[in-house]
Amino acid sequence: MSDTHAQSVQFVRGTMIPEQDPPITEKGALKWMRENLFSSWLNAILTVLSLYVIYWVLAHILPWTVGGIWDAESLSQCRDIRDASGIDYNVACWAVITDRWHQLLFGFYPSELYWRPILALIIFGAAIAPILFETLPRKMLIVSIAAPFLAYWLLWGGSVWGPIAVAFGFGIGWAIVTYGESLLGALGAIIGAIVVPVLYWLFLAGPVGAALQATLPIGIAQIGSNQFGGFMLAIIIGVSAIVLSLPLGILLALGRQSDLFIINKCSVIFIEVIRGVPLIVWLFTASLLLNYFLPPEVSFDLMLRVIIMVTLFASAYIAEVVRGGLAALPRGQYEGADSLGLDYWQAMRLIILPQALKISIPGIVSTFIGLFKDTTLVVFIGLLDPIGLSQAIRADSAWNGIYWELFIFIGLCFFIFCFSMSQYSQWLERKLNTGHR
Amino acid sequence: MKKSVFLGTIAVAGLAAGAVSAQTLDEVQARGELNCGVSTGLAGFSAPDSDGEWQGFDVAVCRAVAAAALGDPSAVNFVPTTGQTRFTALASGEVDMLARNTTWTFTRDVDLRFEFVGINYYDGQGFMIPRELGVTSAMELDGATVCIQTGTTTELNLADFFASNNMDYEPVPVETNAEAQQQYLAGACDVYTTDSSGLAATRATFEDPSAHVIMPEIISKEPLGPVVRHGDNEWGDLVRWVLVGLIAAEELGVTSDNVMELAEGTNNPSIERMLGNEGEFGPILGIDQDWMVNVISSVGNYGEIFEENIGEDTPIGLARGLNAQWTDGGLLYAWPFR
Repeated sequence: MSDTHAQSVQFVRGTMIPEQDPPITEKGALKWMRENLFSSWLNAILTVLSLYVIYWVLAHILPWTVGGIWDAESLSQCRDIRDASGIDYNVACWAVITDRWHQLLFGFYPSELYWRPILALIIFGAAIAPILFETLPRKMLIVSIAAPFLAYWLLWGGSVWGPIAVAFGFGIGWAIVTYGESLLGALGAIIGAIVVPVLYWLFLAGPVGAALQATLPIGIAQIGSNQFGGFMLAIIIGVSAIVLSLPLGILLALGRQSDLFIINKCSVIFIEVIRGVPLIVWLFTASLLLNYFLPPEVSFDLMLRVIIMVTLFASAYIAEVVRGGLAALPRGQYEGADSLGLDYWQAMRLIILPQALKISIPGIVSTFIGLFKDTTLVVFIGLLDPIGLSQAIRADSAWNGIYWELFIFIGLCFFIFCFSMSQYSQWLERKLNTGHR
Repeated sequence: MKKSVFLGTIAVAGLAAGAVSAQTLDEVQARGELNCGVSTGLAGFSAPDSDGEWQGFDVAVCRAVAAAALGDPSAVNFVPTTGQTRFTALASGEVDMLARNTTWTFTRDVDLRFEFVGINYYDGQGFMIPRELGVTSAMELDGATVCIQTGTTTELNLADFFASNNMDYEPVPVETNAEAQQQYLAGACDVYTTDSSGLAATRATFEDPSAHVIMPEIISKEPLGPVVRHGDNEWGDLVRWVLVGLIAAEELGVTSDNVMELAEGTNNPSIERMLGNEGEFGPILGIDQDWMVNVISSVGNYGEIFEENIGEDTPIGLARGLNAQWTDGGLLYAWPFR
């Protein structure tokens, strides 16, 4: 067979040609560049121009950034060091960060107690982990329940019994919901679970905490809210508002969908009023107006007022985002839940909300990111958040005249927080596969 | 929007100011701490240092009052206030006094129901301009672009000045002093105008201060002083006489170095009365007999405070000017302790 064409063909290769690399223009970086950067004359010109612009920007920024001076005591000293080293262009004076980073991060919190906010942050991380990643053991949720009280105690200090007495109120509420239903009925149990703890907090929690402290004094040094500042303040306001506004927002969204007239109208009015007014107005209300409505001897902590206002503001936005998720669910889901004989709360908990929240994730996270960045608005009511502290630092005669270095540092810190939130949300979306199947 | 909230709260402030209880001194002593409203940051006047300790010319007034009322200059809770929040913070009782470069004007004193206890700094609005423009007088500024902080009295003064001299200008609104520095240095405006103390402080931070000149014209009066609420005259008297005491101490040559020695007894009856060796001035005010000794030994006299925070040896580098003693051609004139 192989000899059949021996006379008709002049050459038959007996071996395989060894594999060769593709031509240099058809592989690797060169091919990519040819295809993407220099595919035509116009593109080639645009590429060269863009490269020049990038070079121009970097040539101005990089020497300033990288050549920055880290070790000096004032802006004028920075300038002296620069002149002494013979650099003839402007360089950053990062020394302001070395000198004041602790204030930008912790405000005026006593430096020997920095472990407390750091520990509170770690506990917060441990508390939120089982909520964010469901592969973690469910027992870690105990940390999540204890974390708010623990974090409060670590940050503000004082007697350990105060937070415990407050936490006990939640325990009462939980007990009434769980065991009171047979005795009071479903509605009665819910009302009781709200009224009894509130009464307890108003009249009993204070004396109980004080009595326990008197019998068994355990406590750490108390730190006033006016010592808080910098990113610690931004994170405390941001995280409290995020954690509190999500459940509140979900309830408001359900309330707005509800058929019960009063609940429906209250939710609508709340959401529209809160959303219809800028956050800065609510902050001014918190800082200025509330003082007049409260009796003079009641000193209601400014930070607490701000947290409440920011929470209410965020919850109105979350409510609308969640409502969007609820509206996106096909009607069959609601009817399916009804046909299974589930009551309202079971249907919501088991069927509706898991799907609605899944759809709302991008909107919720983007609200949270916006909320976290909005915390810088508190600078207008005199709280020393990172922006406020940057003003205060500039007012120190050693650093007066410094500008970009502080903003770059603050911007970087905010970017780290917001970018990780956004990354988490994208991971969650991929995991839950929120697209339409 | 910010302004409307501000005006609204001011209206409420007017109603509520009278309702706040009149016993500030008792409250301060019971609390063991003075709540003092200061600026969130103004070079030389109030700023936290790297340890978080507040420092500055206005801060020293707070410390002096705390030293008088409580015997401890560190018993002060500094409440940072912004231009928008300062008056409501005071009217609502959140702070006991303001020591925050606040200009004494008719409406603030009368209409907003506050009481200016005196003047601790005489300021005035000026202009700064790059030397290379060759301008020597503010009268030559016709057609200039001017960097100006919005929502302050400086904005109104500027409009008045240019209108009364038949000149035009183009305002470049900025929010903070730091932003104004950047705009001015970047050439976004020809002129920067603010209080002359602020101009001096700003110019001192420039790479080459000598390339910028401050015009000789001062176009407004800005008497700055501590403020208390209307209606609590005992507390107002205390703050006023602490301020007068600081000024009188400089005039009489009482300093933080020699006050202990002088408190032993001198042959100058004025010093004797001020330091509590004669008369009952402290108890009349409801505080300790040696209150002025506490004040001077903890913060020094007016001249010492000035030199330490904003004087010619500091980066701010302000001359005494109008803020010299009346005997040196200034306006400081302490009333007699008698």
